[in-house]
Amino acid sequence: MDRLAYGLAALAGIGATALGGYGMFGGVWTLRLAWLVPLGGLELTLDPLGGFFLALIGFTLVPASIYAMGSSGGERRDRFAYLVFVLSMCLVPLASNTMTFAITWELMSLASYFLVLHDRESKESIHAGWVYAVMTHAGLACLLAGMLLLGAWTGSPRFEDWRAAAPALSGTARDVAFVLLVLGFAGKAGVIPLHVWLPLAHPAAPSHVSALMSGVMIKMGVYGILRASLDWLGAGPAWWGVAVLLAGAASSVIGVLYALVDHDLKRLLAFHSIENIGIILLGIGSAMLYQQAGLEALALLGLAAALYHTVNHAAFKALLFLGAGAVVHATGTRNMEEMGGLIKRMPWTAVCFLVGSAAIAALPPLNGFVSEWLTFLVLFQNTRLDAPGLSLVFTLGIASLALTSGLAMACFVKAFGITFLALPRSDAAARAHEVPPTMRVAMAALAASCVALGVGPTLVVPALGSIAASVLGVTPPATVGDWLTLRVSGTFASLSTLAIAIALGLALLLPLVALPLVGASRRTRGYETWGCGRIVQTARMEYTATAFANPFKRVFDFFYRPAKRLDIEFHPESRFFVERIEYENPARSIFDDWLYRPALDLLRAGARAARTLQSGSANLYLAYILAALLLMLVLA
Amino acid sequence: MIAGFAVAIVQVLVVGVGAPLLVGVLRTLKARLVGRRGPSPWQPYADLRKLLAKEVVISPTTSWVFRATPYVLVATMLVTALIVPVAVASPPLAFAGNIILLMYIFMLGTFFLALAGLDAGSAFGGMGSSREVAVAALAEPTIIVAVFALALRAGTIDLGRVVEHFGREPWLAANPAHLLAFAAFFIVMLAETGRLPVDNPATHLELTMIHEAMVLEYSGRYLALVEWAGAMKLFLFMTLLANLFFPWGLTGPAGSAPVLLALLALAAKLAVLTSVVAVLETMVAKLRLFRVPELLAGSFALACLSLMAVILVR
Repeated sequence: MDRLAYGLAALAGIGATALGGYGMFGGVWTLRLAWLVPLGGLELTLDPLGGFFLALIGFTLVPASIYAMGSSGGERRDRFAYLVFVLSMCLVPLASNTMTFAITWELMSLASYFLVLHDRESKESIHAGWVYAVMTHAGLACLLAGMLLLGAWTGSPRFEDWRAAAPALSGTARDVAFVLLVLGFAGKAGVIPLHVWLPLAHPAAPSHVSALMSGVMIKMGVYGILRASLDWLGAGPAWWGVAVLLAGAASSVIGVLYALVDHDLKRLLAFHSIENIGIILLGIGSAMLYQQAGLEALALLGLAAALYHTVNHAAFKALLFLGAGAVVHATGTRNMEEMGGLIKRMPWTAVCFLVGSAAIAALPPLNGFVSEWLTFLVLFQNTRLDAPGLSLVFTLGIASLALTSGLAMACFVKAFGITFLALPRSDAAARAHEVPPTMRVAMAALAASCVALGVGPTLVVPALGSIAASVLGVTPPATVGDWLTLRVSGTFASLSTLAIAIALGLALLLPLVALPLVGASRRTRGYETWGCGRIVQTARMEYTATAFANPFKRVFDFFYRPAKRLDIEFHPESRFFVERIEYENPARSIFDDWLYRPALDLLRAGARAARTLQSGSANLYLAYILAALLLMLVLA
Repeated sequence: MIAGFAVAIVQVLVVGVGAPLLVGVLRTLKARLVGRRGPSPWQPYADLRKLLAKEVVISPTTSWVFRATPYVLVATMLVTALIVPVAVASPPLAFAGNIILLMYIFMLGTFFLALAGLDAGSAFGGMGSSREVAVAALAEPTIIVAVFALALRAGTIDLGRVVEHFGREPWLAANPAHLLAFAAFFIVMLAETGRLPVDNPATHLELTMIHEAMVLEYSGRYLALVEWAGAMKLFLFMTLLANLFFPWGLTGPAGSAPVLLALLALAAKLAVLTSVVAVLETMVAKLRLFRVPELLAGSFALACLSLMAVILVR
């Protein structure tokens, strides 16, 4: 039964990739079933942007489902929720009227809610599910409000009619629609400060689901932002782009800062999703600004960079979540402080995780580097806007992207180094074993795609350029370099990750050949790690994840505001002997403290105030009804 | 094609062979400045030969990452040697890369070295790794903003074109934007190559060391490769600084005479830069680790000022 459900999902993934690919390259397909649902009926349309996201879902769905066959498949309820989740997600980028969109979007959210809640015994899961449900429905409320308003103003629930009518709406109406829609979509994408559900929900779900949630579900938020801001509403005022760009800058830096001090492997990856959504938004924000200023080629490049990073993030984040899932499967814990030494016990997983780590840390010649490089180039060319104020915003984007990639590198040294290297820090880690072949195949396929997307930008960028061109309504540029070299904006920059990869490969071999020639000794002797004369090396002498992250905690303490607590229990007879030390140094979330808690307090106070209305007296309630009725009559 | 290969070989040889000499000269100069005779400038070659002849002692705790890292480090340096304008403005691999790529290739080396530091399971290695990545991460915004300031003026981020552009600019050395970007890059160079006041290359004191703590477990040929790569990194960063900010003598077409001229000019520029570093390292003390971010923030401010100067002058 396990295999049947996940096999079906994998087949659906192949189908989605094929259909999406067909749409990406200009294929058109529509389906209208007016009788199926009220208010406009079911309406699906395939266009290049929708096709791109559909193909993206399929591309991640196949390895995730193959992986799920190998890991324990869970209960029947989970398998059902998984199928509903992936099928409804496949329909979201195709939906082309309000009703269809709302139904598929809500099905996707509900099914993923049940998947987050798969462990019904744990308090943590229940809390995660609760926060997720609240946040996702607050987002849905914004979305529905925005869509219904837009539908009322343009007189049609169909997206196609919005495209024609929305640019003619008044500025205020367009601003209101933009804010509502983008808020709703940003909540799904996990943009700061609407990210609170993400670090809770992703670790709670099974790993193949986390891979899909992080790899593609939050991308549906990106999809929505693209649709709302560039497609449905057309070019908007400059502040739209500035808002998106600043949100991207904040999300990227804050996401990675939280990831650095989190030692739950899956939660760390969830925080990195926030970071990468931020990087994608940097590209989208600059594309919006360039489009508004009429710089079509740069808008195209910005959108292509954002789409490239979207694919890349799906590839390496799915890979990392599957790798983390394999580690959790083998050790039974998500706490990095109890891992270590897994590279010897799980060599395949380790190699795949290393590839994913290098890719997300934007190291050349892997895929993360290519899209971050493109994003840098898009941000660099802002002076062509000739607006010094905007240059300041762009410079902020450049600096935060640079800081983000540096910190991401540091964070993945921690994530890989503490999890896989040195001695195991617990018995569970010492007893770990490699995962079954299906799980390894899934990870290896994603690792291979990270490499392919890294060395093949000359194939990927033109394809993404044509999708971006169709969204922006411009003609795609004829050529961007040759098979080997990617050229951007004329002579502004060129890049060939393929040449770099080949050169790196040859340069790796050079010392191997040259060392014997210069007469290097080949003798090797094993001896334990140097430890200042201690007798036995144990895992307790190793650096921990907490210690590794400490320099960052001190440098950014204005942000983390760590609350330090130290409990020492002395021996009853002498204070010179310590029996037990408990040390806690947790970072506090400024968003919980300054945004959500005050908001919740306000809500509670409001609820308490409203309680006086509810006295329990039936006569009073009848009086309310009468008053309401009179009010309506007066107003009408 | 043949000329391209010749230039490639010249560049790799200059970087690979010249790097230990640069380190040796720096050490000798520092020794003279404090009144010691110091070792000969050729000492690093003797050190490398000694290390190559010794056996490797390797901890059984380590994995293949530890053994692969020296090779990865050397490979990253050799590839950058084909991109940085050492002898000609546009070396053979310049089409494949640019300043941003260059910095990320250095980061690839740092990534592996930091992993190797964790691999042996000693507290020293972990401490060194943690500090090294902290410094590298905080230096990143400075580099990119300074690169942006340069790219704005040159209209490109391709190294060869940047160098050619600046070669044509007459009052280059008196341009405030240029000097500010140079100062920012110089500080980053000190941080990235582990020089004073960020890290002390001559110490083996646990509490202060960064780079040396990370490579503590290496020995024999592995240590030789790591040391060689470190020397090449210093050489490449200094060459980049010299030829990017003062591209005099580099802009001719590729041919044996201009290449020789460019190499002579490079030697002169490196001699000046090395003396500056030697004097600086003699004068300043190492900063406390948690003061280093302040220095890097200062260099970031310089890079931003340079950028402002560019935008205002336009």
